[in-house]
Amino acid sequence: MKAYLHVASGKTFSGELAAPLEEKVSGEIVFFTGMTGYQEVLTDPSYKNQIIVFTYPLIGNYGINEDDFESKRPHVEAVVVYEASREGFHYGAKYSLAEYLQHWNIPLLTHVDTRALVKEIRTAGTMMAELSLSPIPAVADEEAVFPVRAVSTKTIETYGEAGPHLVLIDFGYKKSILQSLLARGCRVTVVPHDTAPEAIDALKPDGLVLSNGPGDPKQLSPQLPAIRRLIDRYPTLAICLGHQLVALAYGADTEKLRFGHRGANQPVWDAVKQNVMMTSQNHSYVVKEGSLVGAPFDIRFINVNDGSVEGIVHRHKPILSVQYHPEAHPGPHDTGYIFDEFLQTVFKGENVYA
Amino acid sequence: MPKDTSLQSILLIGSGPIVIGQAAEFDYSGTQACIALKEEGYRVILVNNNPATIMTDEVHADAVYFEPLTVEAVEAIIAKERPDGLLATFGGQTGLNMAFQLHEAGVLEKYGVRLLGTPIEAIKRGEDREAFRALMHELGEPVPESEIVTSVEEAVAFAEQIGFPIIIRPAYTLGGTGGGIAENMEQFLALVEKGLAESPIRQCLIERSVAGFKEIEYEVMRDQSNTCITVCNMENVDPVGIHTGDSIVVAPSQTLTDEEYQMLRSSAVKIISALGIIGGCNIQFALDPNSKQYYLIEVNPRVSRSSALASKATGYPIARIAAKLAVGYTLAELVNPVTKTTYASFEPALDYVVVKFPRLPFDKFPHADRKLGTQMKATGEVMAIDRNMERAFQKAVQSLEGKNNGLFGPELAAKANDELKQLLVDKDDRRFFAILELLRRGVAVEEIHEWTKIDRFFLASFERLVVLEKQAAATTIDTIDEPTFRFLKEKGFSDAFLAETWGVSELDVRKKRKELGITPSYKMVDTCAAEFHSETDYYYSTYFGEDERKKASGKEKVLIIGAGPIRIGQGIEFDYSSVHSVFALQKEGYETVMINNNPETVSTDFAVADRLYFEPLTLESVLDVIEAEQIKHVIVQFGGQTAINLVKGLEEAGVPLLGVTYDMIDQLEDRDRFYQLLEDLDIPHVPGLMANNAEELAAKAAEIGYPVLLRPSYVIGGRGMFIVHSEAQLAALIEQGELTYPILIDAYLDGKEAEADIATDGTDILLPTIIEHVEKAGVHSGDSYAWLPAQTLTDEEKAKIIDYAGRIAKKLGFKGIMNIQYVIADGNVYVLEVNPRASRTVPIVSKTTGVPLAQIATKLLLGKSLVDIVDDKARGLAVMPYAVLKYPVFSSHKLPGVDPMVGPEMKSTGEGISIAATKEEAAYKAFYPYLQKKANANEIYVIGNIDAELEAEMTAKQLTIVSDGSFADWVKRDTALAVINLGKEEDEANKRMTALSRQLLVFTERETLKLFLQALDVDHLDVQPIHGWLEKKKQAEQAVIA
Repeated sequence: MKAYLHVASGKTFSGELAAPLEEKVSGEIVFFTGMTGYQEVLTDPSYKNQIIVFTYPLIGNYGINEDDFESKRPHVEAVVVYEASREGFHYGAKYSLAEYLQHWNIPLLTHVDTRALVKEIRTAGTMMAELSLSPIPAVADEEAVFPVRAVSTKTIETYGEAGPHLVLIDFGYKKSILQSLLARGCRVTVVPHDTAPEAIDALKPDGLVLSNGPGDPKQLSPQLPAIRRLIDRYPTLAICLGHQLVALAYGADTEKLRFGHRGANQPVWDAVKQNVMMTSQNHSYVVKEGSLVGAPFDIRFINVNDGSVEGIVHRHKPILSVQYHPEAHPGPHDTGYIFDEFLQTVFKGENVYA
Repeated sequence: MPKDTSLQSILLIGSGPIVIGQAAEFDYSGTQACIALKEEGYRVILVNNNPATIMTDEVHADAVYFEPLTVEAVEAIIAKERPDGLLATFGGQTGLNMAFQLHEAGVLEKYGVRLLGTPIEAIKRGEDREAFRALMHELGEPVPESEIVTSVEEAVAFAEQIGFPIIIRPAYTLGGTGGGIAENMEQFLALVEKGLAESPIRQCLIERSVAGFKEIEYEVMRDQSNTCITVCNMENVDPVGIHTGDSIVVAPSQTLTDEEYQMLRSSAVKIISALGIIGGCNIQFALDPNSKQYYLIEVNPRVSRSSALASKATGYPIARIAAKLAVGYTLAELVNPVTKTTYASFEPALDYVVVKFPRLPFDKFPHADRKLGTQMKATGEVMAIDRNMERAFQKAVQSLEGKNNGLFGPELAAKANDELKQLLVDKDDRRFFAILELLRRGVAVEEIHEWTKIDRFFLASFERLVVLEKQAAATTIDTIDEPTFRFLKEKGFSDAFLAETWGVSELDVRKKRKELGITPSYKMVDTCAAEFHSETDYYYSTYFGEDERKKASGKEKVLIIGAGPIRIGQGIEFDYSSVHSVFALQKEGYETVMINNNPETVSTDFAVADRLYFEPLTLESVLDVIEAEQIKHVIVQFGGQTAINLVKGLEEAGVPLLGVTYDMIDQLEDRDRFYQLLEDLDIPHVPGLMANNAEELAAKAAEIGYPVLLRPSYVIGGRGMFIVHSEAQLAALIEQGELTYPILIDAYLDGKEAEADIATDGTDILLPTIIEHVEKAGVHSGDSYAWLPAQTLTDEEKAKIIDYAGRIAKKLGFKGIMNIQYVIADGNVYVLEVNPRASRTVPIVSKTTGVPLAQIATKLLLGKSLVDIVDDKARGLAVMPYAVLKYPVFSSHKLPGVDPMVGPEMKSTGEGISIAATKEEAAYKAFYPYLQKKANANEIYVIGNIDAELEAEMTAKQLTIVSDGSFADWVKRDTALAVINLGKEEDEANKRMTALSRQLLVFTERETLKLFLQALDVDHLDVQPIHGWLEKKKQAEQAVIA
């Protein structure tokens, strides 16, 4: 069946539906440039409410397996590709891409000139789009939604048996963050994004991890004082949205990039190691470099392509905050050492400031 | 870190003559390195005895040495030039081995030369299997159980311990020469013995075979700050067991999950860091198709064939960047030359799929062993780009210029299923077409997977094509609807195939297609999947989506048709001429558009022509580009026979070609018209007739009188040519069914052979030098040794050669470049053939005379006259106070079943030159690397008879003639120097092949042998850069004028 993708800049791209659509869906349209890793992307909660375009033209070749999910379900609003493999040919494949999306009632639009679409996004910037059975454009305005609430856990749950105890504040965490910590011998308690600081204190953590998550960090402004109190008290690692919250909590500012960084090949300069790492990224918002002037942070990581802030460290306190995804999945594992650095501060027990 | 300013001059080592496993890709990487170093202001000194290369142009290096690639010669160059640095990772295995030997011999230390880029320790760790295995063990990276052996006994002990299959890889050999997979003890013993003999250090690695695993490669780069990137990964469609050079390869990998992709990537990054490589590196893995178990197969600590492919597949110029890293830069401070807006420290994202097909030489060698294995056999390769898998496969197949009709392989339809299955089991080079044929007959994907271990993903893609083939066959040109037609085009079905299917002409299909508005779009290769704006005009066609070509500059455009894949008879020389034509056009202010499909070459470097189209060289694709670009001028003279073959179709489609018409070509290639032309011009030609069948052939051969030369019309590289000495021999040939009709019969003249390359405006000609072959007529020009300038021709003969060339050019009104071949016999000069295009010898003539023939010819094609661009005085034969010897280089020892006897069919893969003050010294330079290896050898085995004069000459040179005893035993002796078989008896082919497999020289021509004997009198060699020789030429010319 034919369907139409209307983007807010005014263009319409037609395609064939490979997983069903009831009338229409809408969301912010973003593109991912990695050539593998579609399963991880689909299930990354940071993509909540977004329509994802894969720039690699052949998606679904290895199907969907049981092991590479980043959360329990896909979060994207819709998927746009040039060709979706009818079958998953990998020994681990349990479903084809279309079968999996169909199961979750997520539309899959195929046979789209994704390269032209990406160029449109690159030029017009990230924008709203509507996938519709109607060829007549009607793109909805950006709804004032609060996606973090939708993807954050409602319960407190602890993983791992022994080791230093970390609290992972869930703004929409990827399973790989949890696994990166567990693999390094930690005990991790995942808590809802709006858990009160006192409740976290009661868990007696040795360290704190602020996870990634969807949307504009400023939607979480009411929570900033609580976050500030927590990160000043415990060794902290903050990732992606978590990183933006750390900056905001210290009075810095964030802004929206024109079309975000989404892919597995983002080069990031590490001022400590004095070299460049390939990183996995997925973000629209970024910490404004100028707004960090008064804050007690050094900029340690910089994006080589556009010079944007990719990570900061507190000058005196054990707060390490990165925009990219050291947990990879999808993408290169080059920056896994960030977890080790963080855990060293945890092991030192530098958690008493009050 | 900025560049190293303590360096002023850098010596670069090239890869030498083209052999299987080391081809044009090293001209591409070497040229890139030269350009990268020169733009940093370094003095570049280059040594490479391959004259056909672009890197050896004076514009790319400050001093070019066409000298043998041996420690002594390179040391002499170092002593003379005193370079500060040495760059050895751009000259393939030859360059790497040279660096290693120079280091071991203490030469680098003695002259204070720094090895740039990857340090010697890293080279050693990457190349020495034992050191490498130890390092991998330390890193926890899995390598298959293996052992280094230096004797058969050790090998047997290992085999008894782990069982079969076992893979045998000789150390330090090109393209896996001498290796293979043994399924049992008998095969194992044979391979181990051969492998030990092939390895220069008598060492083999034997290891548990992981045949059937997925073969995955990563192209990795690293700088001195330990920033590591993987430019690209590639997946071999053929699982482990077929050399990657002979495999069908796709990029990026198609069947790996992100988890697997990153697992191997992390391993690659870990390995390149541990080795300490600065620059590029190729890492090959075997991945279990049913688990995450992987093994490391190979590491090449240098740029390679794969890195050339990766560069073209992604747009990321690995060699260029690697050269900059070698002089101190880091990736993060180098700009990405494609986007010009981002940096080199990133990993390209592809939004298309790339397919590489190998070009194998079995069309030339139908009797060779067609089984593929760990020993590479391909002479070249083609690459295709599209947005879907199916069209990428189809474009690659179209680019091969094979005899297939679409996806129907020649002669496979007649084979039974069992025979086809056997081709798959044997890993025969025809397997791709055999798979399609089996699918067409309804054989299940699952079965084919069992036989080939090719991933089901690829087989499903092939099956989709078979379904579409049937869909096409169910329609006609009148009944096909627009969506179906469009979809067939999207999936790569060519107009030619549809024409065949529908029983109409290709131009009919084209017309119908355009009526329906179905034309290709062109998309950009930009390294970043459109994430960033890109500046480079590097395009591929696709039948879905918008056309995104940038506006043209407004300058007048010229299209240059490239030469396609490297094959025997059409090598790198054609790329040289194409690239020079581009340079000339750019100087003249034109916008250049290049179309080609060979990923190894300089012409497909997106930085060469203004606009590059990576497309099959078929009439359809070329016309599409011409129409899309609205091109007014097309040059076909530099793309070898590939481009000439397109002339008829282009002309029919109304495309204006510069300098040549189909009628001219037909006059030269149609034997009757050609002889008529020569007769009209009063030029002697060899008596010749044509036969349409066996009876006519026998009668006409008798009429001309034996010996005769038989050849089909329209050939390049002498395919299907025979010299026949008697009626009985002819009868035998007819019996064998080797001949195709109509066939041309010429008297075979036992004379001297000469040739000349000329540039002409149709009025005057420029003929810089006459090339004289060492061997008599009958040996293919590509396989003969040859002198520049001619050494034994009289002034009268030379005058005739020039005169005849002038008459032909003028009569035809031909403009541009042509090659004329002559036979000189019984006091007559006969014109043998005229090729209306740049030939194999253009680069060698240009370089040794200093006359840029291809560039001059290009200007003539644009309408300039010769008198305006070349001085009267400079139009005569060049005065060359030195002797240049061109010698053929064969790869036959990599192709079991190929007889090393030379004849009218070309067999060599490359050529080298030596330049010296005297003929003897030049001959010595040509044979000296061989003689060095055979320092203790003085025995010549004579098969058949030799005359008393030769015998006396050999005896005088202290050579021992052996003519009896076991030949098989003799070839193994250290004293074995060469084999002579001037009788060329058919039934001695086995001995010739045995000698070859031991890498012994085999002489089947008296003149080549004499040349070899001449070389033995010399015991020294002087090194001299080409500009030194040209300086001597200038002085000599001034002396003549004075």
